[in-house]
Amino acid sequence: MMLNIITIPQLPIGDYFENFIRFLQRHFDFFFEGVNVVIRMAVHNIDRLLMLLPGLIVILIFALLAWWASSKWLGLFTFIGLLVVYSMGFWSSAVSTLSLVLVSSIIALLIGIPLGILAAKSDRIGSVIRPLLDFMQTMPAFVYLIPAIILFERGAVAGTIATVIFAMPPVVRLTNLGIRQVPTDVIEAAKSLGSTGKQLLLKVQLPISLPTIFAGINQTIMLSLSMVVIASMIGAGGLGQDVRSALSRVDIGFGFEAGLAVVILAMIIDRITQSFGEKAEN
Amino acid sequence: MTELEVKNLYKIFGSNPNEARKLAEEGVPKDKILKETGNTIGVNNVSFKVEKGETFVVMGLSGSGKSTLIRCLNRLQDPTFGEVHVNGRNIVTLNKQELRDLRRTKMSMVFQNFGLFPHRSVRRNVDYGLEIQGIGMEERKKRAYEALKLVGLEGYEEMKTTELSGGMQQRVGLARALVLDPDILLMDEAFSALDPLIKRNMQDELLELQEKVKKTIVFITHDLDEALKLGDRIAVMYEGSVVQIGTPEEILTEPANDYVRDFVENVDRTKVLTAESIMKKPLAVVDSREGPKAAIRRMEKEEISSIYVVDKSRILQGVVDIEDAKRLADKGVKSLKSILKSDYDTTALDTRIIDLLPLASRTNYPIAVIDDKQRLMGVIVRVSVISGISREGVDNDA
Repeated sequence: MMLNIITIPQLPIGDYFENFIRFLQRHFDFFFEGVNVVIRMAVHNIDRLLMLLPGLIVILIFALLAWWASSKWLGLFTFIGLLVVYSMGFWSSAVSTLSLVLVSSIIALLIGIPLGILAAKSDRIGSVIRPLLDFMQTMPAFVYLIPAIILFERGAVAGTIATVIFAMPPVVRLTNLGIRQVPTDVIEAAKSLGSTGKQLLLKVQLPISLPTIFAGINQTIMLSLSMVVIASMIGAGGLGQDVRSALSRVDIGFGFEAGLAVVILAMIIDRITQSFGEKAEN
Repeated sequence: MTELEVKNLYKIFGSNPNEARKLAEEGVPKDKILKETGNTIGVNNVSFKVEKGETFVVMGLSGSGKSTLIRCLNRLQDPTFGEVHVNGRNIVTLNKQELRDLRRTKMSMVFQNFGLFPHRSVRRNVDYGLEIQGIGMEERKKRAYEALKLVGLEGYEEMKTTELSGGMQQRVGLARALVLDPDILLMDEAFSALDPLIKRNMQDELLELQEKVKKTIVFITHDLDEALKLGDRIAVMYEGSVVQIGTPEEILTEPANDYVRDFVENVDRTKVLTAESIMKKPLAVVDSREGPKAAIRRMEKEEISSIYVVDKSRILQGVVDIEDAKRLADKGVKSLKSILKSDYDTTALDTRIIDLLPLASRTNYPIAVIDDKQRLMGVIVRVSVISGISREGVDNDA
């Protein structure tokens, strides 16, 4: 009974957050509109470009890319894998997914790598960024979708933004880690020879940490792919939408096919980016 | 000429260096200062001068502050108090640009774990320092090849550094420092990561190289043998302070305190002590203008059976036996010339005892120690070679 006397006031954190989002929506509309236009254009143009060419040609191009990046075996795997995706009837969905992954990965890397560098260069910035990354990574992915559709255009743009937020942490973390792992005596050697800060970063720290950074890039791209599928909830399109429609119709066969297409895409992207990392190592 | 001078240098880690310095000046020990103020004394009021062309070794165990000290010299770490003068200019007050210029032209550093750039070839490691100065490809390549030749890495220029052995990697590190043609070379435990055999080779080669390039070298080591071998002078560090500065022989024969004495106790003295330190002043010599009678008198007085003969500028002429001298005196000959023998052994002042051992075992006469003008500076009898090896013998002679 005593316990009832002590009442803990309820913190309306949810309300605060909503107000914050509404505030952004009201006062920074021009910014979000600009972002909308750029992302929409990018996603649609890549999509259009890939669909402009006959599917077989695009598949061949990807197979050659895989061959060049890694081995003829990966080239062969890419060729057969994409052919399977095509023959299951998921080609246009796969292309949409690919353009979403491409655009959101590029944005995530463009923001994430410099952020990782900053975090490595300054302990203070690093300690601010870390909890932020924890937040971005552990907040359930679906939750991003809600403010995303308020601030951005429903569909591809909101999906891309949610994907960027979800997929960015690995590349930030691994860029930070890679630079911090460069041995002290190598840094000291570079400094003792009279390097400027910029020369130290560009000629020593980044090249040496490249393999680790590539591992981060690979992770970010893989996370983009998985988030893009979830983003179909807000109409982002692509393979995710096929998975979702299979789910709503309880269509086992269609669901498996759509899922398989995601897996094939994931494996190809993973192996290609990984082999870039190995190239960097040599 | 003084190339490098360190004046009252302190490096104190922590937020209250002034207080820590005050305590240190009062002689409070390092760990007590840490407990009281939370500050760590890295380098405690160190001063020394290094002459141009000198190899100055800073020796101490790990934690003695020697690595911190050398990093204060090119400001990889900034001194908390004190001054570092390079050619009379205090470099502690230099701004970033001036400091970079100093590092690019005046002083280079060689690191314990080499600090090579794993993503660059041997040549590109060496030319890094030139590249960041904006020097063109052709000249860079030329100078890198020259530097690599100097350290004996001809033919390895285009290899990866990871394909090289430890000793070779450190040669790359050395070439990378030398390519900038600095006046001062800072070597931080440069050979400590190498196998003992390789290490000795590298030491020998550094000595040879130093003959050619004549740099001013500050060499950090925890290895006393290395310090004694390389150093013209040695500074012994303990808990951040320099406890003694002196030549290798001074450190060995006149340790400033118990710490240094403990340190030098187990040294192989034969490799360090030289002929000069165990020779006796040549009290018993005859002038070549004197006759056999004078020679006999002196030998009988000193109770010896042979005596060295020098001319008026003390240049060694030969040795005479007491029997020969007596025979000559009986015949009434005035000059020693006819009985002068030359089957004695000579040695230079800086010959190490270990190299005297073979001479000592075969010679019939005491070994004659001569300087570069053939003047007799001293003699070494067999027994003092033996006793020179053991510490007591040296102390008795000194």
